[in-house]
Amino acid sequence: MSEAILKVKNLKTYFDVTKGLFSPKQIVKAVDGVSFEVQENETFGLVGESGCGKSTLGRTIVKLYDPVDGEIDFNGKDIATIKGKELKTYHKEMQMIFQDPYASLNPRMTVGEIIKEPMVIHKIYETEKEMEDRVVELLKIVGLKPDHIRRYPSEFSGGQRQRIGIARSLAVNPKFIVCDEPISALDVSIQAQVINLLKNIQKEMGLSYLFIAHDLSMVKHISDKIGVMYLGSMMEIGPSNDVYHRPLHPYTRALLSAIPIPDPDIAKKKQRIILEGEIPSPINSPQGCPFCTRCSQATERCFKERPQPIKIGERSVSCFLYEK
Amino acid sequence: MALLEVKNLNTTFKTDQGKVQAVRNVSFHLDQGEVLGIVGESGSGKSQTMYSIIGLLADNGTIESGDITFDEQDISRTHYKNKKEYDSIMSKIRGNTMSMIFQDPMTFLNPVLKIETQLIEPLLNHTKMSKAQAREKALELMRLVGIPSPEKRIKQYPFEFSGGMRQRIVIAIALAMRPKLIIADEPTTALDVTIQAQVLELIEELRATSDSSIIMITHDLGVVAKLCDRIAIMYGGKIVEEGTDREIFYDPRHPYTKGLLNCIANPEDDDEEELTPIPGSPPDLLNPPLGCPFVDRCPNAMKVCKVMPPQETVFSETHKCSCWLNHSKAVEK
Repeated sequence: MSEAILKVKNLKTYFDVTKGLFSPKQIVKAVDGVSFEVQENETFGLVGESGCGKSTLGRTIVKLYDPVDGEIDFNGKDIATIKGKELKTYHKEMQMIFQDPYASLNPRMTVGEIIKEPMVIHKIYETEKEMEDRVVELLKIVGLKPDHIRRYPSEFSGGQRQRIGIARSLAVNPKFIVCDEPISALDVSIQAQVINLLKNIQKEMGLSYLFIAHDLSMVKHISDKIGVMYLGSMMEIGPSNDVYHRPLHPYTRALLSAIPIPDPDIAKKKQRIILEGEIPSPINSPQGCPFCTRCSQATERCFKERPQPIKIGERSVSCFLYEK
Repeated sequence: MALLEVKNLNTTFKTDQGKVQAVRNVSFHLDQGEVLGIVGESGSGKSQTMYSIIGLLADNGTIESGDITFDEQDISRTHYKNKKEYDSIMSKIRGNTMSMIFQDPMTFLNPVLKIETQLIEPLLNHTKMSKAQAREKALELMRLVGIPSPEKRIKQYPFEFSGGMRQRIVIAIALAMRPKLIIADEPTTALDVTIQAQVLELIEELRATSDSSIIMITHDLGVVAKLCDRIAIMYGGKIVEEGTDREIFYDPRHPYTKGLLNCIANPEDDDEEELTPIPGSPPDLLNPPLGCPFVDRCPNAMKVCKVMPPQETVFSETHKCSCWLNHSKAVEK
């Protein structure tokens, strides 16, 4: 078993959304006590519906947000509270790919300048020539042409822009990349191109990914392990095939049964567990289990007490049903 | 007689760069009670085909040619010299016998009008109901699409509803007149999976309890597999293949259809096989390719594919495909 490169312990990220001077304090608990580990060379898939806190968790790990509590242990160092120079060093190892390839590239910079920027910031190369060579190399790695270097983002399609974003994140030779829904803005035939590219890069450079997405089929395809989030909490973690075929948590079961299968004979027969209602507001999240308001197996205890993760072999699940 | 018959539809858009040929010679039909899925990527012309049918093209769009017959009535734009005449016919049909469900419920609903006003509008327009009767009917519709406590909710504004609930309202408005045809343009794309499942379930229920026909525009093959009887695959402004759900999924004939099916992950499959992406990107419809639109990305492209648009080959009563590979003289690599 390889070493854990990232250990997140009881991480909490809250946002203050109090409106007006005299209204009561309102806190959104976007990430509320999440723990998980990512091994070296591994892809950890994070799934959940919108508003479950998966993007906030990703952004907190990259330190775009500051956590209010908890530990982020990266390569044996706690980075939850680092600032300034240390943070800059951290960003050399930890990079991010964003969801929207239209919003995440500066339209006034050429592709060359975009990919070069992180190298300049981190002063990786001494001469302009070295940098230029590296940019050309990166363009080739992500499947673009060297003569694209002087063009502007507007001349590229969504899939190509996402490749530019990937090249930029690779520019500083990171060890870890947080991919925040990197394919959801792309067409189906382009999604597979990007997924294969990410997989190949991982194989060649020994990277670890935190892959955030709501497309469960793609997450299962790319991930070694999957974590399922709901309302700021991690409901279940396990190897992706296990979680998919033998989901433990009632929420995971409902979520998986909702995936439409691209096969008419299976899809038309499949019985779905239809969840009633919608995700409660994270401002007044339930006191007990976050899922208790929609769970068909909820007992009185679920409304009062928050279940803690229970280890079952390689997996862990936060549900009272699995208590011995 | 088919409920909807579209023949050789051509729609273009004027842009600063020139004329975009968004819909190129599209023909298809739809029977009563049938669910047809139209699958294609962004820019394939699937939405513009529907807007051409329902008469909601943007101002820079023109229907160049094509015959459209709906419910035994001629609704081809080119057959009416006068725009006013066409508009008056369409406004009687739209929201009445033909209605549309849009992708983004927030842009469809008017944010400053109460749900009630928006729900009774089609009823007041197309029937002689009084306001009170229309309101009763509106409450009934809200119950039908599964909105809890409709008496309270009907007085609220769209922003007070969640995404899934808003889409239910949009569906309720579309259903108000019990239309013969519902065109659903990516109705679940903006929703989360569990909410998507609820909405798909609702559409299935409606289908079972009414004899409305549905055209489902989507890029999600999972949704198509679940709901549709027949499927048309669009690419570069054309329908490249058409067939029943089983014909398309289990016996695809067009290289693009095959490519699409190969590049999606099927979660039921466990082997770590690599996805086979389709290389390249879709054609530019400002200058569409002379021959087959897929020629630049096709693994089996031949010389003829570049210069001549492929003929349609018929495999069964329902299964058709436009590809030169099906020609008797073609040799597969």
